[in-house]
Amino acid sequence: MSGKRINLEVNGVTLEANPGQMLIEVTDKADIYIPRFCYHEKLSIAANCRMCLVEVEGANKPIPACSTPVAPDMKVHTRSAYAIAAQKATMEFLLINHPLDCPICDQGGECELQDLAMGYGRDVSRFSEGKRSVKDENLGPLVSTDMTRCIHCTRCVRFGEEIAGIQELGTMGRGEHMRISTYVAKTVDHELSGNIIDLCPVGALNNKPYRFAARAWEMEQRASIAPHDCVGSNIYAHVLRGTVKRVVPRPNEAVNETWLSDRDRFSYEGIYSKDRLKVPMVKENGVWQERSWEDALEHVALKLRQSGADIGALVSPSSTCEEAWIINRLFEHAGSAHLDSRLRRTDFHDQNNDPAYPSLGVPIAELEQQQGVLLIGSDLRCEAPILAHRLRKAALKGCNVGVVNAIDYPYLFPVADTHIVEPDDWCASLAGLVVAAGGELPPAVASMFEVSPSGSVDYLKNAPSLILLGQMAQRHPAFGMLRYLAAVLAQLTGATLGYVTDGSNTAGVSLAGVLPHRSAGGQPRPEVGDTVLSMRPKTLLLVNVESVTDLSDRIDRNAMRQAAETVVALTPYAPDTLLDDADVLLPIGTWAETSGTFVNVAGVWQSFTGVANPVGLARPAWKVLRVLANLLKVPDSDYESSVAVLAEMREHCESILMNNMPEFTAPASPLVEQSAEISELEVSLYQSDNIVRRAAALQNTQQAARERPATFVSSSTAEVLSSG
Amino acid sequence: MRRLIQLLKTFTLWELLKGLQLTLRAFFMRKVTVQYPEEKTPQSSRFRGLHALRRYPNGEERCIACKLCEAVCPALAITIESEARDDGTRRTTRYDIDLFKCVYCGFCEEACPVDAVVETRIFEYHMEERGENIMTKEKLLAVGDKHEATIAADKAEDAKYR
Repeated sequence: MSGKRINLEVNGVTLEANPGQMLIEVTDKADIYIPRFCYHEKLSIAANCRMCLVEVEGANKPIPACSTPVAPDMKVHTRSAYAIAAQKATMEFLLINHPLDCPICDQGGECELQDLAMGYGRDVSRFSEGKRSVKDENLGPLVSTDMTRCIHCTRCVRFGEEIAGIQELGTMGRGEHMRISTYVAKTVDHELSGNIIDLCPVGALNNKPYRFAARAWEMEQRASIAPHDCVGSNIYAHVLRGTVKRVVPRPNEAVNETWLSDRDRFSYEGIYSKDRLKVPMVKENGVWQERSWEDALEHVALKLRQSGADIGALVSPSSTCEEAWIINRLFEHAGSAHLDSRLRRTDFHDQNNDPAYPSLGVPIAELEQQQGVLLIGSDLRCEAPILAHRLRKAALKGCNVGVVNAIDYPYLFPVADTHIVEPDDWCASLAGLVVAAGGELPPAVASMFEVSPSGSVDYLKNAPSLILLGQMAQRHPAFGMLRYLAAVLAQLTGATLGYVTDGSNTAGVSLAGVLPHRSAGGQPRPEVGDTVLSMRPKTLLLVNVESVTDLSDRIDRNAMRQAAETVVALTPYAPDTLLDDADVLLPIGTWAETSGTFVNVAGVWQSFTGVANPVGLARPAWKVLRVLANLLKVPDSDYESSVAVLAEMREHCESILMNNMPEFTAPASPLVEQSAEISELEVSLYQSDNIVRRAAALQNTQQAARERPATFVSSSTAEVLSSG
Repeated sequence: MRRLIQLLKTFTLWELLKGLQLTLRAFFMRKVTVQYPEEKTPQSSRFRGLHALRRYPNGEERCIACKLCEAVCPALAITIESEARDDGTRRTTRYDIDLFKCVYCGFCEEACPVDAVVETRIFEYHMEERGENIMTKEKLLAVGDKHEATIAADKAEDAKYR
């Protein structure tokens, strides 16, 4: 695009534009509204709805604003009689086949066609012939279809081609017989496919779990942050009488653009799962008794007091900063450092090389500008769908992506360099890359595995470039070695080292000091506590953790359970596993019922407020922990709001910068074990946390059906079962 | 002089006789009092009384849970919850009208795209217990079933003016 700006006149107002810009982009920027259906700023231009016809002086017919490049001294009229006549004529054609079922259509009240028909539609139809009707496709449990309503804007088709990377929907036939459909009877399975619901300007594609549940005008729109991946997508929860009815994306170019992953969109169903814990419960002689909050908290406080410093906590990496902060204060007061939030990690040998908080290394939006990216042990589309979308954009722009993984995951973008080896050989494979890049490994490392220079990482030498350690790499039993090799590679090539973290708030929880070796603000603890692997406290606190499904298989849960006299679980749910394992159950609110803050993978602090009424007697976890802190006489723990907790935490942590590069001089950890099964490293898309596991629609997807394990029994439990 | 006339009027009970004259006249006039409840005044076909939910002749309820009545209600008297019924149609699971809140404006009837909610000619009803003021979906449908003939006739009569 040449640098020279040009002037044009729209409705008598002179506007400036870049040559090559489309007319509609210029008018949108100047707040001059032109009606449209098929145009969407994030999608390519199709110009097939013709709603944006405008009058251009000198042209012999109305011209579509979305596909007309601006020209110098162009004179455009968007509201002249001529333009409006053209727009009205288009609307009349669009309405010929559109059914008059607005009263039962979920789009009613928020429908672009309905809105524009108010302005451009005739009051009486002149069309007396038969209307077209189209058979509905079954697109799976997430997207409902009423294809008779379709106006063929093809936004959904273009979304599949351009954004998702799989063309799940296409157009068949022409003219009157044109219809949108999957090519062969098939569901839409892509992890971003829910976005076609927002894109559809009419009610043809709609939200299936939300079907007929509420109307757009009666719900309140409340801003929040999505709690299921490290991106922290901005969302709106639509709430009716205190109940979340649906979730839609809140545009934020720096984080999720206008998109939202299906996991974040449909997980809200899990909030109202049948096994929600509604009252505090205490197990007495093996029998669960309902208790009042006061009794239950006194009971827990007594147990904690009796255990003194012999207490431990496992905290979900999706806990809010406020919860993490109060836990840290509670444990510091008790004199215990046995607290951990790295629940699926299994190698802690070089935990001192952990950064203050693991991060992506670059802002999320800058992922698009990378020239080279090496993904180590990451199924990015599952771990963070929005990051995968950003990386796909980069790859399509020419970024070279290399992959070290056990499975050749379908990334949906061109991959320049693949190393598909068993997890056992990831270290060797990375070492090969280091040698190929001209690096030398210390003999102690080189002797550990057979190193043969393989592949080339020259593409990482074009700045900016990134080496990403995925969640599977972080769960790998030789994570320390993997990270050492990745860091060496990063030093050799000048690439940034980054992590794709587990949960929604790994960064925040780390900063708050819910780690055995680091206290608040990443300060090393004088006395290092036990990690999740070796923790055997007398009283164990589980915060938002379901003991079986959220922990790595390598953790000996039975030993942990048997060592603990009391297991106190702060949990929104009461599944059978927790009823077996825990002694006290305290009901806490999910993300929708509590205020809090998540620090996302790029170090952005995003606070949110509660959006829905709590279920049963559930209370926000930070309040429960605050009362416990009060009962244990933790000084200055009378926080009046989560904002006060956050303010205190920010004082300690805000100045910490995103830096993943530890000072590597030598491998910090001996390579104890490097063999791992891919099945123990993988956590499938819709099993990632307790809420998602209970979202009915997500669990009915093809994706979940493919990935769902037959039963949720850990190896240690299985052993007990088989011997018993 | 004025005082003398005044005195005369006082002693002849003139004002009283004037009043009795009016009474006597009224005594022989045509009577307009309606002997309720034995007699009733005529009602307009547009009378806005107790609400009802109607059905189609095949027994299917008309209401499609579009919630336009709930949205238009100026007194916020209507509460609706909806879901997809097993056959995939959009139906209410709850349709409550709070008669204490209702101002009988008839907007709900005007808003209804399927003539489901109507205000009938019924105006003689009362509540004895707390909570009876809530007309539930079942109660509304029962009213509709009972008075369908009247409702349909009234609708037909009014149709030509719409």
